[in-house]
Amino acid sequence: MSTPYGTIMRDGLWDNNGVLCMLLGMCPTMAMTATATNGLGMGLATAVVMAASNLLVSLFRSWITQEVRIPVYILIVAAMVTLVDLCMNAWMHELYKVLGLFIPLIVSNCLPLARLEAFAAKEPVLPSLLDGIFMGLGFTLALTAIGAVREVLGSGTLFADAALLLGPTFKFMELRLLPEQMGVMMMILPPGGFLVTGLLVVVKRMIDVRAGKSIQMAGAHSAG
Amino acid sequence: MTPRFLTHGLILGAFCLGFGGLLAATHRLTAADIAARTLEDRQASLSQVIPDALHDNNPVTDTVTLMDAEGRPLTVYRARTQGKVTGVAYEIHGSGYAGQIRLMLGVGADGRVLGVSVLAHKETPGLGDKIEAKKSGWILGFKDRMLGHPPREKWKVRKDGGEFDQFTGATITPRAVVGAVRDGLELFAARRAEMLEEPR
Repeated sequence: MSTPYGTIMRDGLWDNNGVLCMLLGMCPTMAMTATATNGLGMGLATAVVMAASNLLVSLFRSWITQEVRIPVYILIVAAMVTLVDLCMNAWMHELYKVLGLFIPLIVSNCLPLARLEAFAAKEPVLPSLLDGIFMGLGFTLALTAIGAVREVLGSGTLFADAALLLGPTFKFMELRLLPEQMGVMMMILPPGGFLVTGLLVVVKRMIDVRAGKSIQMAGAHSAG
Repeated sequence: MTPRFLTHGLILGAFCLGFGGLLAATHRLTAADIAARTLEDRQASLSQVIPDALHDNNPVTDTVTLMDAEGRPLTVYRARTQGKVTGVAYEIHGSGYAGQIRLMLGVGADGRVLGVSVLAHKETPGLGDKIEAKKSGWILGFKDRMLGHPPREKWKVRKDGGEFDQFTGATITPRAVVGAVRDGLELFAARRAEMLEEPR
């Protein structure tokens, strides 16, 4: 019953995107998208956690019984988050100073948990790893897009401080598109997060409708 | 029934044990590096408020802990030249628009402000965050100020009849910072002997 790899990738990035379609992981989405750089960093950290926890759950799926699966999943996600937190603090300290406060937020993201339950618990190791990576990358894509819109409208910059996150070679990414006084401050405050996320969900649906696809909306297990 | 019950418990227990062990191992592996990074961070924030010319020691490791008026411990970092304390730095707090503002205050032995830097704050981006040195030069205006310069009743933002500028659209944040620096200097005046290790 294995899903083809192409479908897994397309689902993660677009068709069943964690944020823009399933509306999961709203807490880090709102908190971390005031700039595109923050969204990118948060997304990548989440992708690492998702890939690792999907891999582990798939690996142990025959031992994890139905009755204890939820605590085991939470245990695995929390352990992976702590692992990433410690390693980043020790070996990627500049990045940690930017993202450090928000790494623990990954535990409150229900997207990793949803993928463990919906995918990794039933599928073999390789597809599960792939699903973790591409769902994570889809999450990164959505967060970066929301961050970019909010940052341009709110502060007039794009990818500010990208060099802190990715290294000095990426200094060229830091753009100023509008003068600072033109920024609409509401965009970098929490309401901007809701507005832009909502708008991008609409944009994604409009693109899908144009392409003649039926709309997938898995709203049943939202929140978190 | 009981054996199945036991199995679930054992499975859960085994996972907890396994991942607990993994975390303990990671902690051991990273602890030394994390401690080194924390020390470097503190060094960086201290170097912003104590000029290098003032000391030949390492202020990060030369500390004394005082009890403040509320009985909380306060770590004071000391800069020395040839054993004599030339300046101190310690953390001060202000209550801003969105929670606590943590600052580092450097004071010379003569009671003048050497520098103030922001360690952490949650002020509104674009308004209150102008207290950060990288957003505006406002916080550098404290340099060389002291108690009596300006006089105590002028240690306020202009809106309150004082001598320090506020920002357009944000008064609460600079008011909190000015108040915190003033309180910090008063603490220095009161505890000078302990901080400077002068004979009483």
